[in-house]
Amino acid sequence: MTDTELRVSKIEDGTVIDHISGGQALNVLAILGIDGGSGEEVSVGMNVPSDRLGRKDVVKVEGRELNQDEVDVLSLIAPAATINIVRGFDVVEKHRVSRPNEVTGVLSCPNANCISTDGEPVDSHFEVLDDGVRCTYCDTIVRESITAHVSVT
Amino acid sequence: MRHDHLLSAKQLSRGDIETVLDRAAALADDLGAVAGAHVDRLLGLCFFEPSTRTKMSFDAAMKRLGGDTIDMGGIDSSSVTKGESLADTVRVIEGYADALVLRHPSEGSAQLASEFVDVPVINAGDGAGQHPTQTLLDLYTIRENAGFEDLSVGMMGDLKYGRTVHSLAHALTNFDVSQHFISPESLQLPRSVRYDLHGTGAQIREHTDVEEVVEALDVLYVTRIQRERFPDENEYRKVAGEYRIDAELLERAGDDLTVMHPLPRVDEIAPDVDETDHATYFQQAHNGVPVRMALLDLML
Ligand SMILES: Nc1ncnc2c1ncn2[C@@H]1O[C@H](COP(=O)(O)OP(=O)(O)O)[C@@H](O)[C@H]1O
Ligand SMILES: [Zn+2]
Repeated sequence: MTDTELRVSKIEDGTVIDHISGGQALNVLAILGIDGGSGEEVSVGMNVPSDRLGRKDVVKVEGRELNQDEVDVLSLIAPAATINIVRGFDVVEKHRVSRPNEVTGVLSCPNANCISTDGEPVDSHFEVLDDGVRCTYCDTIVRESITAHVSVT
Repeated sequence: MRHDHLLSAKQLSRGDIETVLDRAAALADDLGAVAGAHVDRLLGLCFFEPSTRTKMSFDAAMKRLGGDTIDMGGIDSSSVTKGESLADTVRVIEGYADALVLRHPSEGSAQLASEFVDVPVINAGDGAGQHPTQTLLDLYTIRENAGFEDLSVGMMGDLKYGRTVHSLAHALTNFDVSQHFISPESLQLPRSVRYDLHGTGAQIREHTDVEEVVEALDVLYVTRIQRERFPDENEYRKVAGEYRIDAELLERAGDDLTVMHPLPRVDEIAPDVDETDHATYFQQAHNGVPVRMALLDLML
């Protein structure tokens, strides 16, 4: 770990999401539904130098341990992300994100004529393909710029 | 057939298709054979979009089975205009009927409806998505006229938004069929249908010119290109003119070519084709009743 990153902020207990593709930190927060609204301490490092990725983003959330189901969906926009659970200032667990089989409620269907975008009482639902995602309502396949379809509430 | 709902032609295996078509063939010979089989059963007709053929043939099919139908009426007269969600509408109608037939302008509407009700939902057309019962009657018509052995089927017109084409293309992957898709570039098959067809290893070819392929076809399935798909009238007229068939064009075709159309046609098939032996679209429309009878009989 480099000192520059730690200078951003040191958390006592919580989660550090590291190795996020450069520029995706805010989408990561949107997907996780973290907007600071419930008072949690969140710090974001963007485009910090990284040996593996050139530039990476880092997100640190104090007081919340994210579980695997919550973070797997991040693989769609940040496949190299690592999840570090911090307790007492130390990293006690480290996981990679793996591609989920399906994604509920995170993305919104780009097809304006899809019933899931029409005010019905359902969450969006996508099947995850090898190279994209597919709406289980209208079958629309999204391959490019998945991040553009993250539903920000 | 072991399905709770019929939402997409993708669900249909070859066995399912053959079961429905065999039952339909038996019924076509004697529509009265199962009269009374479904007395006291009610089919709910939920048409959020206008329909003549599909709705009337479901109505006829259910009544010939001895059952009856209830109709939510046009959307003008229903609570939809008051802003009720589809999820609420179908949950109410579920209480009145033993199965629901749904036609709706949004893709995925039948899938959504099926998530909210326990009675069978039959998709009778969801936007530019699917129309699996039309496919069953199309397959019935193909089987009667051309068989399924070593078959070449051409689908022409609006392949992008044409739900009958999407469903038929999926279903034909169950058989030994090479599929030809003939359309202007702007109306080619959508990515999702292409993805599924490739996934099944189906043989497909795309063309922009019907003349170059008509000779090789056993079946030509014509669909309408709609004015609203084009930014201006001139562009539409130009394209519509190229994807129109007439008796002269069909002189290049094999004698046994079967010409089909889900109807209504506007002018994509010239009236002079009606007089040829190729014309099969009215017979196709009539097949809607025995095929839907067979389907209802199996699902209810
Ligand atoms: N107590 C802490 N507070 C905030 N960030 C931390 C803390 N401990 C580690 N980190 C950050 O979590 C990530 C993973 O840490 P670590 O496992 O030590 O390094 P690495 O994964 O690079 O081997 C790094 O970005 C590091 O800066
Ligand atoms: Zn959709």
